[in-house]
Amino acid sequence: MTTQRPRVTRNTPKFKDLLRDTRFWRVAGQVIAVLLFLLLVILVVDNVIYNLRALGIQLGFGFLGSQASFDIGETLISYNPADSYGRAILVGLVNSLRVIVVGLVLATILGLVAGIARLSNNWLVRQLALVYVETIRNIPLLLQLFFWYFAFFLQLPNVANQITLPGSTYLSSRGLYLPWIQGGAGAGVWLLLLALGIAGAIAVWQWRTQVMQERGVRGNQMLWALAPIVVAIALAYIINGAIPFRITLPQMVDTEQIEGGLRLSPEFGTLLLGLVVYTGSFIAEIVRAGIQAVPQGQWEAARALGLKSGRIMQSVVLPQALRVIIPPLTSQYLNLAKNSSLAIAIGFPDVYFVASTTFNQTGRAVEVMFLIMITYLTISLIISLAMNLFNRTVQFKER
Amino acid sequence: MLKWSSLLLSAALLAAPLSGCSRFLYPQLSAQEGGAASGAVLNRVKTRGRLSCGVSGNLPGFSYVTQQGEYNGLDVDICRAIAAAMFDDPQAVDFRNLTAKERFTALQAGEIDVLSRNTTWTISRDTSIGLEFAPTVFYDGQGMMVKQSSGIKDLKGLQGRSVCVQTGTSTEQNLADQMRKLGVKYTPIVFEDDKATFAAYQQGRCEGVTSDRSQLVAQRSALPNPDEHILLEIVMSKEPLAPAVRNNDPQWYDTVKWVIFGLIEAEELGITSQNIDSFANSEDPVVRRLLGTEGDLGQGLGLTNDFIARAIREVGNYGEIYNRNLGPDTQLNLPRGQNELWTDGGLHYAPPFR
Repeated sequence: MTTQRPRVTRNTPKFKDLLRDTRFWRVAGQVIAVLLFLLLVILVVDNVIYNLRALGIQLGFGFLGSQASFDIGETLISYNPADSYGRAILVGLVNSLRVIVVGLVLATILGLVAGIARLSNNWLVRQLALVYVETIRNIPLLLQLFFWYFAFFLQLPNVANQITLPGSTYLSSRGLYLPWIQGGAGAGVWLLLLALGIAGAIAVWQWRTQVMQERGVRGNQMLWALAPIVVAIALAYIINGAIPFRITLPQMVDTEQIEGGLRLSPEFGTLLLGLVVYTGSFIAEIVRAGIQAVPQGQWEAARALGLKSGRIMQSVVLPQALRVIIPPLTSQYLNLAKNSSLAIAIGFPDVYFVASTTFNQTGRAVEVMFLIMITYLTISLIISLAMNLFNRTVQFKER
Repeated sequence: MLKWSSLLLSAALLAAPLSGCSRFLYPQLSAQEGGAASGAVLNRVKTRGRLSCGVSGNLPGFSYVTQQGEYNGLDVDICRAIAAAMFDDPQAVDFRNLTAKERFTALQAGEIDVLSRNTTWTISRDTSIGLEFAPTVFYDGQGMMVKQSSGIKDLKGLQGRSVCVQTGTSTEQNLADQMRKLGVKYTPIVFEDDKATFAAYQQGRCEGVTSDRSQLVAQRSALPNPDEHILLEIVMSKEPLAPAVRNNDPQWYDTVKWVIFGLIEAEELGITSQNIDSFANSEDPVVRRLLGTEGDLGQGLGLTNDFIARAIREVGNYGEIYNRNLGPDTQLNLPRGQNELWTDGGLHYAPPFR
């Protein structure tokens, strides 16, 4: 049986048809856009290289290996002027990170306290928090830094009349000297094991919490979590045979000199205080907004259960407020990290400061600016990543 | 479709200015700009009719703004002399205040024609930054200022103390070198801004402040009680302060160079802004050549032959400029010392004008 099937004409697709095909244009449009973008990038890069050559400037990162021959006032890692520019910039980076990490923690605490205080039932506390937020966040940070530096830190008494606080702590216009723990040989192993111990403790804590929830028995998390830390310390002691940490106290070696202990310079203090106070005021508003976003019913329900107000905030309201707080908080963290580059105004050797000295001594503007941009971009992206991961843990869980 | 064409158009519009001077579009430019375009900067300045001069702007004696709003100082007068030599008008200068950090970039980018900003002449600046230095206009050395009451007598006295210093200067490196040599442990407090540097010193943040001696004297005069501060009897380095130009136009470099030599030569010959007219009929061929009444020395530079005479008439010779800004009648009262002419035991020496 032969049935005549309707014949389908299978013409080879013509170019003209292709132009009418939206599917083709969907792809082609994107290809064209990418090509145009690449062309633009090539033009810009070529233009920069060409113009730099016209000015007689060569690009290259070889200068990072040459001797820096300038001094840096504050160093956490060893440095002397005979070291390379690369090392100097690394010293600056460590200084930057020190300010950023400590600043993030302190600004969060300050912002949290001030944000909760803005909603306090106490009139005075509420008004104080309001004045703090509205004053600080409306004055440029640079001015605040100058204020803290020239009007506060440098007005402290000089070394001869310094303020002596209990526990060998000295405060003067030269800085704050604190007792500090100094690590000796083998401190690295200790710290590593201790970190592992803490990580283990967190895991054990979570396991015990799960056990408590599932079986309804006492968790005793504290006791259980202590075990990995004790094991870690014991292990470290066995490996090293000694405790490589000792406490150093600041001591007056002559009438005007203090040695030992941890020295926080006025420049570090200014930058840290300025950043914390400024960012804290923004965080306070974010925290307030986050708390107010939690429905009133949650408060009422918690009160109906007989919880005290501190407990309500801690266990009911804040965990829910975090969902609203974290995304804008990330922006403030990023701002703090980037604002730390204002250190240059008050003479704190952060990465931007050291890198611009390098740029100045070597004349390598393009390379150094590129390095600085990459550095801040990396720091910012790491903060973003960490905050996004954290954000995921506080969001609603679909069960 | 409209969307795509508009995207194409905007991309093209965006790309056009960016590639404005790329070699893709203007290949013929590369020969001109890449190599040394003799006379390019000189012609640009001439066409503009004004000189663009980079100065510090807040350094008494060298470059600062008076209460009448006028720029004044040794560095300023050097630019005025160049403008007078070129345009017969010492006011034909646009001054730009630059920090120590900005100065080289401003010059490299061509924002200023000449940098007259107490800049130390060093080999690395001459070679790797791409500058040419005109003759030294002020021989200086790095010093250290401390409070008299501190009892510090030398650099060793700064052991364990802090020293304020401005960034972007050879000072910062000299200090590190000297202290390393002496094995003195000290803390540098480095500022970007010279005002902040001296403010921090004044507030007692640091026991010493280091800079060129002339600058220390100038800044000391601006402190509330100048007598309470002393300069240590040490010179940490040689600091020949010289104007600089970009190294892309030898003819422009020659112009700046020979105007400055002319000012020095004029002092040696005793020609001042007051008595210059009495030299008009001088028989001395050396004087006649310098003032352009004889020979064609100016033409070789692309200027008029009387270019030195113009500069001297309007601004004065080197000695006059020095005395007006730094001499005994000023608040600074810097002794000339090394800045005397070679005939008086100093270092200023101009090659022959012939």
